Amino acid sequence: MAKKTYALPNIITPANPVIFNPEVCNGCNHCVEVCQVDVYIPNPEKGKPPVILHPDECWYCGCCVNDCPRPGAITFNWPVQQRAYWKDKATGKVLRDSQ
Amino acid sequence: MTRWHDFIEKDGKPPVWPYPIHYDKEQEIDTDVLVIGGGIAGCWAAISAARKGVRVALVEKGDTVRSGAGGPGCDHWCNAPANPLSNVDPDEWAQHMAEAPYSNGIGTQIQCREDWDTLLEMEQMGGKIRDTKDEYVGARGRDEKTKLMISPRYTRVHSYIPGMQKPVTFKSNPEGKLNNVVIRVWGSTFKPILKRECKRLGVKIFDRVMVTSLLTEKGVQGARVIGATGFNNRTGEFMVFKSKAAVLATAGNWSLFLLNTELAGYNTFRSRTTTGDGTAMAWRAGAALTVMERTGIMMLSTGFKHTWYGGAGDASYENVPLVDANGKKLPWPTQGWEDAGAMRPTPENMEKIIKGIQSGEYALPFYGDFPAMPEVERRTTWRMMLGEESTTRNIIDSYEKGGFDPAKHLLQNYSFIEGNSPAQWRTAGGGPVIDWDLKSTLDGLYVAGEQTFSAGDHSYAAATGRYAGRKAADYSRQTGETKVSKDQVTLEKARIYAPVRRTEGIDWKELHAGISRAMQYFCSEYKTEQLLKMGLDALKEIEEVFVPRLYALDPHKLMRSIEDLSLLTHGQAIINASLARQSSSRMLNFFRIDYPKVDPPEWTKFVTVHLENNKVKAGELPLDYYGDMKANYEARNKDYTGVYKGK
Repeated sequence: MAKKTYALPNIITPANPVIFNPEVCNGCNHCVEVCQVDVYIPNPEKGKPPVILHPDECWYCGCCVNDCPRPGAITFNWPVQQRAYWKDKATGKVLRDSQ
Repeated sequence: MTRWHDFIEKDGKPPVWPYPIHYDKEQEIDTDVLVIGGGIAGCWAAISAARKGVRVALVEKGDTVRSGAGGPGCDHWCNAPANPLSNVDPDEWAQHMAEAPYSNGIGTQIQCREDWDTLLEMEQMGGKIRDTKDEYVGARGRDEKTKLMISPRYTRVHSYIPGMQKPVTFKSNPEGKLNNVVIRVWGSTFKPILKRECKRLGVKIFDRVMVTSLLTEKGVQGARVIGATGFNNRTGEFMVFKSKAAVLATAGNWSLFLLNTELAGYNTFRSRTTTGDGTAMAWRAGAALTVMERTGIMMLSTGFKHTWYGGAGDASYENVPLVDANGKKLPWPTQGWEDAGAMRPTPENMEKIIKGIQSGEYALPFYGDFPAMPEVERRTTWRMMLGEESTTRNIIDSYEKGGFDPAKHLLQNYSFIEGNSPAQWRTAGGGPVIDWDLKSTLDGLYVAGEQTFSAGDHSYAAATGRYAGRKAADYSRQTGETKVSKDQVTLEKARIYAPVRRTEGIDWKELHAGISRAMQYFCSEYKTEQLLKMGLDALKEIEEVFVPRLYALDPHKLMRSIEDLSLLTHGQAIINASLARQSSSRMLNFFRIDYPKVDPPEWTKFVTVHLENNKVKAGELPLDYYGDMKANYEARNKDYTGVYKGK
């Protein structure tokens, strides 16, 4: 089935400071409340994960993830350019946070 | 369906604004003490005022539960020389702390005297300040008897760069023992507890409300502060707060020079909501400000980078030795016991490192050698320090999920390979002039935390908040009701709602960039009278031409728009202060090309600026205007009762 293509502006960068797992998240909106800058709004559909409305305002404080009452419902997601590098001391192999 | 464009693709339309819109509604709140800003300082101010038995309202732009720079957490309770393991006298330590010119001796003295009591009150409320579960037995600085964990920071002098301060022999510490003035704490537990305590004490909390202006007696600039206006940034409802005393506990201004409003959030010391609203409203109300001319490129946590303590972390943490790509140890301080918490190399060592990089002696990139650390120290730094510090807990969680094991892996450091700091990430460190009651030059207006000039850290915010709260409560008991000026409210309402009455023009991001650009061009390293005056003209033009085009589609964007207006006002205050200081100063990071003499004695003083009938008036105060710190503190606090003993 051909998907309808909309004329959308560019997506704000970074777009996904967190990733919700809709299987675990029950839409309690606790993250909406703890967020300092109102990155989220509640989902119009009750019980669903919040909508990430202002990802460009996120300062990656992590409160939404740290305080989530359902572990695994929300995962912190570093933008690509902020992904850390590290090195195995024994082998010298350089590794990266490439989850 | 967690991104708004998912809704476009699914339903062909974006989600509807989830909160009711109430631009036309108005709420009036009557209180004794109004606390503006619900971060660390604001919560402590509200708690201490409420404990004095007065009515308290606390207004916060975000949600008090986690808002503010210290909302996510805090790993160091700095400058608590009254703690039982300290080896220095609090007054002597305060004196040492305030030695640097343009320090805030009042806030520092309060911090040094009352910080430990404040921390004990934190513990009373349920905050974790001791290693009660014996998780870190064997870590250096841990005291078995009290289970307090002393940090290596400031164990010799108050400095992050070794050698920058002459060695000090404190009279109270003649044998030169470690000072033990900084305590590691489990600060991620603090903020929700503070909110809970506010609620328990009956503090009326107004979350998601941005305060926009201070109300003054008869609406006169420079008169007593009798309340404030604000609006709910989700519903747009207008709020009028009537108060007998107000405590300004808002944040500083950390985004004035920042051109880009995207890509800037991660890895900063402050969220993007820190737009100096408090200083801007105090200025408009007629309060005198000082140290406003001190702005400069940040050495710490510049935007867009991996840096210390900002979320993305660069592996130069406490006690973590830095090595080069071949494992060679660098002459870089470890922020640990061996260098008394110093963070940056001395200028000589920095030169050695740079030369070493160029000659091939040190191979890039550098790494934090976690595996080389003793196990307990590694665990203390990785799990406790990063786990409790403001925005770093997510480092532990996300790196570990990505496979990082501090026992096996060296974490990359990004110094040098990232290049220089972008010039637009600057601090603005001024604020209202305060007296020994932490009162501003306006009656009824008290100031705490980062909003005070030359402010300190988390524990400074806590101690000064707690202090300002009790002084404001005392004042509120002596003063009577005053009528709010209707004209003042009407004018402010017109100012606030103008952007939502338009549907096109300039959005907040564009205006923000325009203001930042003017500040970059006309108030940067290259300061002359001509440039600064051009800066004032540029801001005036923005005010007259572009602000009337500002539009906001919803209450959130309205908040960001009004923040822009704070930035604009803040910028004007900075430039006026910069014009008033006709000299250069190293301590203020302030250099005038037309007045190149650095720190001449006749200009070693505080420059103040304030508005009188909307005209800028410059003034001055001697550097030691606050007098003898110990004597003045004691004279003003004879009734201080120490740690809270009430219910």
